[in-house]
Amino acid sequence: MKKNKKLFAILLTFALVFSLAACGSSGGSAASTGKDTADAGKAEGAAGDTAEAPDEESSQGSGAVFRTLDEIKASGTINIGVFSDKNPFGYVDENGEYQGYDVYFANRIGQDLGVEINYVSTEAANRVEYLETGKVDIILANFTVTAERAEKVDFALPYMNVALGVVSPDSRVISDLSEIGEGDQVIVISGTTAETYLAENNPEITLQKYDTYANAKNALENGNAVAWANDNTEVIAFALQNPGYTVGIPSLGSQDTIAPAVSKGNETLLNWINDEIVSLADENFFHKDYEETLVDTYGADYEDSLVVEGGVTAQ
Amino acid sequence: MPDLGLNVLFKGKNLARLLGGLGVALKISLLSVVISIVLGIVVGLLMTWKNPISRALMRCYLEIVRIMPQMVLLFLVYFGTTRIFGWNLSGETSSVIVFSFWGAAEMGDLVRGALISIPRHQYESAAALGLSGGQTYRYIVLPQTVRRLIPLSMNLITRMIKTTSLVLMIGVVEVLKVSQQIIEANRMSSPNAAFGVYLTVFALYFFACWPISLLAGFLEKRWR
Repeated sequence: MKKNKKLFAILLTFALVFSLAACGSSGGSAASTGKDTADAGKAEGAAGDTAEAPDEESSQGSGAVFRTLDEIKASGTINIGVFSDKNPFGYVDENGEYQGYDVYFANRIGQDLGVEINYVSTEAANRVEYLETGKVDIILANFTVTAERAEKVDFALPYMNVALGVVSPDSRVISDLSEIGEGDQVIVISGTTAETYLAENNPEITLQKYDTYANAKNALENGNAVAWANDNTEVIAFALQNPGYTVGIPSLGSQDTIAPAVSKGNETLLNWINDEIVSLADENFFHKDYEETLVDTYGADYEDSLVVEGGVTAQ
Repeated sequence: MPDLGLNVLFKGKNLARLLGGLGVALKISLLSVVISIVLGIVVGLLMTWKNPISRALMRCYLEIVRIMPQMVLLFLVYFGTTRIFGWNLSGETSSVIVFSFWGAAEMGDLVRGALISIPRHQYESAAALGLSGGQTYRYIVLPQTVRRLIPLSMNLITRMIKTTSLVLMIGVVEVLKVSQQIIEANRMSSPNAAFGVYLTVFALYFFACWPISLLAGFLEKRWR
């Protein structure tokens, strides 16, 4: 019995070591590419010499992870990761068809590449993972460009702006943060960018924090605070659906952008998408996209501030 | 009566999509259940086997399954195998692998429990009657084991059906994901749809799991 226990302890240790090793990506993928082909192994070694951070690699070498533009064209299908439940960016309509601002662009990509599109339903939490494993070729899922993400995936040119916005009642429209008096409070939803931004940059403003969208909405309607700060797309949609409210500050704080993303190092596909975005500017493609998909939610007034045409953001 | 937004279910192909999603969930879970039962019996026998190595291995296996959340296992199999071995498993295949891996371990433990719960005097009486080892299992041990297993394994099976709601994280569009899609697509036109749609999903899960409970009750009575 004693012997059993010892053996069990040893085996359990092995199992734990194995599962930990499986979590760390670097060693595993390096070993696999090495096994696949000798060339890949060499490339891996060369990349390993120059790479500063061994954790971040997953697609160096001779393209074991992602498919190049030619490989996609040859296969006849492209896998595009989109949201399937984020109306109006990516959603599925009652006939089971993918629709939305992102999907409209994805359809165009498929058409111009001359390939069929296989839509993959992604979640916010697994978008990076999908690209790192090459299980999709492009992510077009309302993907905000951040420095942290850019270390793991390659972003193409942006096609939409996001920023913060502030909505307030028509009786007293706040069009600048300085109009918020000392006794006034501003509603935010806990954990959002709006909360972090205001706490950091405008610590003098008293924040009223709510956990859910519905509670924040009720608080504003009850007049508990003078304004509500959130993502500008959210407040714009709110003001449009609820008469009596105006978005006084449609764009606050750092301008973030939304862009397509490909696997790290997939240059052929990245360049093709960039060229595509630039050339689509000639026909004002993204404005047309906005008019087809977003205008019902955000109205025509915000078309120019939300849409990025040809990858050029107004500074 | 409050507006539950049930009308969204009758728009376009929504109801068919929801049932199709249920079909995906049931396909994954029932396939896994069948594999789990077969493998689980083997695992259970190995667990009761006197060989220390096989017992230790099985113990390890069971502990890993108990410790790891199914979500982690799904990610590990779906994305991990691509990273490590370069296999491109589909979401459905990965789900069946994970659910079978999980089910076989738990089923094995149930089989082990049922086997060791057979009192020693049953074996001794069988030996006294002159039954051989095989005959003892065939006529004495197995019938009692199976009867003890049924209520326990029903819990596992219904749990497996319900846990398929996790596979939406690896891109499999099953009943819960379809319901979220329907709710979101109608966010503006019927904001109350969430309640009605989730109520429908509740009913769908209920009617998927209920017959299994009924079957269990029937078998228990029948084999008493």
